[in-house]
Amino acid sequence: MSGVLQASDVAAFGEGVSSSLPGPAWLVARRLEASRALAVSTLPRETEEQWRYSRIDELDLGAFSPVSDPPAEPAPTSGAVESFLAAVGARSGLVRCSGGFVQHVDVAESATSLGVSVMGSAGLADRPEHLGELLADRADALTRLADAFSPDVVVCRVPAGVRVEEPIVVVHEVGSERDGAAVFPHTLVVLGPGAVASIVELLVSGDERCLVVPLLEIDLGDGARLEHTSVQQLGRGAWHLGYQASRIGRDAVMRSFLAALGGEYARQVTSSALTGDGGTSELLAVYLGDGVQTQDMRTFQEHVAPRTRSELVFKGAVADTARSVYTGLIHMHRGAKRADASQTNRNLVLSEGAHADSVPNLDIEENDVRCSHASAVGPIDSEQLFYLATRGVPPEVAERLVLLGFFDDLLARAPVPGVAAYLRAAVAERLATGVLAAPGALSSTGRRA
Amino acid sequence: MTAARAHRGASTLTIAGLRAAVGGKEILHGVDLELRSGEVHAVMGPNGAGKSTLSHVLMGHPGYEVLGGSVTLDGVELLGLATFERAQAGLFLAPQDPVEVPGVPISDVLRAALVAAGRDGEAMPDTLARRMSDEAGEIGLAPAFLVRALNVDASGGEKKRIETLQLAILAPRFAVLDELDSGLDVDALRAVARRVERATVPGSPGEPGLGVLAITHYRRLLDELRPDMVHVLVKGKIVASGGPDLADELERTGYAGYAEPEVAVAAIGPDPFGGLFS
Repeated sequence: MSGVLQASDVAAFGEGVSSSLPGPAWLVARRLEASRALAVSTLPRETEEQWRYSRIDELDLGAFSPVSDPPAEPAPTSGAVESFLAAVGARSGLVRCSGGFVQHVDVAESATSLGVSVMGSAGLADRPEHLGELLADRADALTRLADAFSPDVVVCRVPAGVRVEEPIVVVHEVGSERDGAAVFPHTLVVLGPGAVASIVELLVSGDERCLVVPLLEIDLGDGARLEHTSVQQLGRGAWHLGYQASRIGRDAVMRSFLAALGGEYARQVTSSALTGDGGTSELLAVYLGDGVQTQDMRTFQEHVAPRTRSELVFKGAVADTARSVYTGLIHMHRGAKRADASQTNRNLVLSEGAHADSVPNLDIEENDVRCSHASAVGPIDSEQLFYLATRGVPPEVAERLVLLGFFDDLLARAPVPGVAAYLRAAVAERLATGVLAAPGALSSTGRRA
Repeated sequence: MTAARAHRGASTLTIAGLRAAVGGKEILHGVDLELRSGEVHAVMGPNGAGKSTLSHVLMGHPGYEVLGGSVTLDGVELLGLATFERAQAGLFLAPQDPVEVPGVPISDVLRAALVAAGRDGEAMPDTLARRMSDEAGEIGLAPAFLVRALNVDASGGEKKRIETLQLAILAPRFAVLDELDSGLDVDALRAVARRVERATVPGSPGEPGLGVLAITHYRRLLDELRPDMVHVLVKGKIVASGGPDLADELERTGYAGYAEPEVAVAAIGPDPFGGLFS
């Protein structure tokens, strides 16, 4: 499938469908605008630089249609959501979305009394400031598709100087059990100068075929501090094309943590623009693939202002015939004097049929900067396995220990302790039942009889 | 202590005619050694003699190919067993340079090893933590290492203390110590040797002491860990065996006299050929 999107096989995504979605006038207008832009867009192709190694040519939009009504409750994934919420523990707010519709918002009075505002589009009379700005540089046919068919938006604002004590949790359930549901969650987080908050997002679906294109925009005022955690646990029928973009003000700090565990094809674009002097971003991710999964990670560390710092560590493991892709760009803009960026991508390839690509890139327009990048793709170190075997640890246990250890330094840095524990357990379970479930999954990695 | 361990008597590790190759090149040309519970045997030899190959082959490292011979522990052939099974049978290797295992704390490894060996009681978190703490105190290992990832950011000396701690807790029947003294200062060497020596002392009846095969290039270790027997390994063969005095002699004469196995035999005893060729 290729070419301009108004082709008859994507009739489900026509302008008429877009305009029938509910919402305030500004949102309807926004959809209409996106819908018109979409109509003259072409889907990206694997031949394009940003889509190399991707599976975008396989995307058949005709197999999907947008969810146009809020799905029935409770969603089939509510059990998974409950255990996640229990793991997060204390929270200052909870937003539950299904099919892209904001269904419940509950914010602690301790936060609302300080002016913290968390709401869906129904509560917003005017178009929220900054909405759509942050992803403008990454806009493509898919972000336009999302803008044209997103039924709602979660907007979270923390006023200047306000500290939100506990995490605000945003749950996105696909919700629909219909085969071919297309869901477009959209979240905007705006922290005023000096504000402090933690946002935790969970993305889940059942096993049905679905298309999920989540947009996340983050704007941090000067001196603001945000911890953002994103847990992607979609079902194995999901195509996920996620976009995250942040703008980080002077001396502001963003810590972003992504765990990509689910989906059949799961692509995540993570972009952070350090636009204020002295801003910092920390971008961490763990990703796991087994079966026929593809985990596809694209990152952009945009250093615009002087003395900005970024640290990126992405770690993944693939087994069976799963694939992973990492491409990352450190972009030092002219004027980003004394900026400092590091980028690390490590991949464990656990079986002969699995494959990982890792492609770091640098674009440096300023002389007075520091950049470092490291990239590795390989099997589990057979010397580590041998060493553990000399202690009497059986190979399958040793493999699990080494794999968990590989991820552990990152998991330990997950912003919310409860989420770190949840992810450690989720990864351990995957290692026990998924990634390493096949006997001899590691037989190609150097163990000889 | 488990019932299984309480009942075991003295053990014997027998290496007979062991031949092994690395990368298609034969390194061990038929090694014979017998070691009993509570004994300390030193294997000394120059660089390239095959000392490290011996330790790796005994433990079943996948990079080494066994060409012939046998290694039995109380009559059980070890050469057909996977490395972890050899360990469970009672063999332990303290490697020359223990690898770092990022993200995996010592306690996880010990717990997994104890559970796999059916020693669940000892693997209980509180029990294990107490023993680790006691052993660390005796060996002089900073408590921080007990919670840190195994061997990560540890100095050479700290790694050997960590090895010794694992040895003490796993309590194998036989331990192969490959260049235990490398990277150790005098204090660390003494602390580690003292702990190993204590392990060689038989415990209650049915608790035989640890048998030690100390592979070393230098005599230094043997000042602290007194051997019952010293074997000289040259070019993949044991060319001489004797009491502790042999180590002293080696200190004086070096390995030069053992350059050729035939010469070596002549140097330490009566000429096996009765002077026929001299």
